[in-house]
Amino acid sequence: MEPRFKPVADHALLVTFSDVISEEAHAAVIALDQAIAADAPDGVIETVPALVNLLVSFDPIETDHSTVESHLRTQLKGLESRKIIGVDRHVQVCYEGPFAPDLEAVAAATGLSQEAVINAHLAGDFHVLMYGFSPGYAYLSGVPKAIQVPRKPAPVRGVPAGSVIIAGPQCLITTLTMPTGWSIIGRSPTPIFTGNPDHPFLFDVGDSVVFERVDLKTYEELCKEQVDG
Amino acid sequence: MASAKFSVSFAGPLVTMQDAGRPGNMRYGVAASGPMDRLAFDAAHAALGNKAGLNAIEISLGGLMLQCTEGSVSVAITGGDFVVEHAGQKTGSWTILTIRKGEKLAIRAGKAGSWAYLAFAGDLASEKWLGSQATHASSGFGGGVVQGGQTLVVADAAVREERAGEIAQPEFASDGAMRVVLGPQDRYFTAEALEHLLSAPFAVSDAYDRMGMRLNGPTLEMEHALSIPSEPIVRGSIQVSGDGAPTVLLADHQTTGGYPKIATVISCDTDRLTQLRAGQKIRFASVSTQQAVDAARDYAQQKAQYLAQISVARGTLAQRLMRENLIHGWADD
Repeated sequence: MEPRFKPVADHALLVTFSDVISEEAHAAVIALDQAIAADAPDGVIETVPALVNLLVSFDPIETDHSTVESHLRTQLKGLESRKIIGVDRHVQVCYEGPFAPDLEAVAAATGLSQEAVINAHLAGDFHVLMYGFSPGYAYLSGVPKAIQVPRKPAPVRGVPAGSVIIAGPQCLITTLTMPTGWSIIGRSPTPIFTGNPDHPFLFDVGDSVVFERVDLKTYEELCKEQVDG
Repeated sequence: MASAKFSVSFAGPLVTMQDAGRPGNMRYGVAASGPMDRLAFDAAHAALGNKAGLNAIEISLGGLMLQCTEGSVSVAITGGDFVVEHAGQKTGSWTILTIRKGEKLAIRAGKAGSWAYLAFAGDLASEKWLGSQATHASSGFGGGVVQGGQTLVVADAAVREERAGEIAQPEFASDGAMRVVLGPQDRYFTAEALEHLLSAPFAVSDAYDRMGMRLNGPTLEMEHALSIPSEPIVRGSIQVSGDGAPTVLLADHQTTGGYPKIATVISCDTDRLTQLRAGQKIRFASVSTQQAVDAARDYAQQKAQYLAQISVARGTLAQRLMRENLIHGWADD
């Protein structure tokens, strides 16, 4: 894919692969992101992968837009056949009672039983697209068509951290109390903020995510384990 | 060295602990945070003879009142034109003074500026998150919001009388239009919108916090009503919402968003931008990427010189008198 390079102020470049969301564009974003992680141009401070573009920010004292751009263009040439390196991440979900306030409505809207909605969710092929909106809030692709439901007419406030949400084709796990207009189908005891300084967030963009069903008792035990350390 | 303690008798909203910030985490949805006015923050530490980037308190227009309950410590107050009251004396921000047990310090909004910095000659204790004490205000992560009733502890508190007095204010920052590089989504806007952005004055609105500053002014119309895929944001991004109103995103910005960004304020103009208040007017001027990089380099050089200048202790009164005498003696010979 032929990317478009746009300057962002004095200190970044936005590399855009497509104006519309596609798997191909996202694969190109991740490939370039991983290539920069392996061999960063001088002066590059950080990269931010998103759905169709990658932000590459740099220190303008050390380098400039055209120097970084020519380095990235060289890196892009070798990327066509690059395989995305992602890790399988496991996330437990409890789909019971008050943790799944919208499960019944999703079942009604899709014509499935609640059990079938849960099984469809567990069967999804989830990949981490990007983080955004708030710290640790990751957008996962892979919600099966059968359970993709539209946004609710009004957002619900005070949705607790750990809520598992389906938002059209995307699945999200909240990390802070926040409002959402999308459907909450479960609660996860798996911390996205890992507390590990070497790997502070559970996912990297490009990882695969496997959801695992747990009952209420297991959920509570897992939460207690974290509190006890 | 001993520690100093303070009890917070009053803290306005958005008074937070801030160190230099946590860059490198935007890919996980985490903005760098850190001070809104990085120049004033750096000046406070330099003038005190501190290491750069230590934890300090960022004070909003709401103000802050403290009482020292233990020990003594020198502090620097910089940023804007705030009012500082200490031990019966009233001064402005850009000052260094020493607070001793029992004394009170009040910092209030003055004639100008939105943010002041209170740095201590010592180590201001607070929580860390991802290796930084900077507060991400909307989540509360990091050092945290400073609140009335709280106790502040400064470890290794030092008294540096040789640094007491006024801090020279920086004079190199441009006072003209805020310089922007157009884009990255300028192509979605009408020609009139781009012309309005670069010609009309905008006014800072009341919707101003650590996340961003919404501006009042002409409506910036887009060519198509569109939804662009959510994409990365930086400090300084000017995003335009569906109603055509621009918001400049600042220290605690969201890391991604689906509103188009018409332009981006260059990094060295965001410090002075953050010191504006509701109602104040701003203009934007477009510069090339080369001009933007040159401006960043000039600013960095001038800032380094300025910080080096103010970091030199002028000496205690006795030392200063001695120096005067020596100079006199030499001149008389």
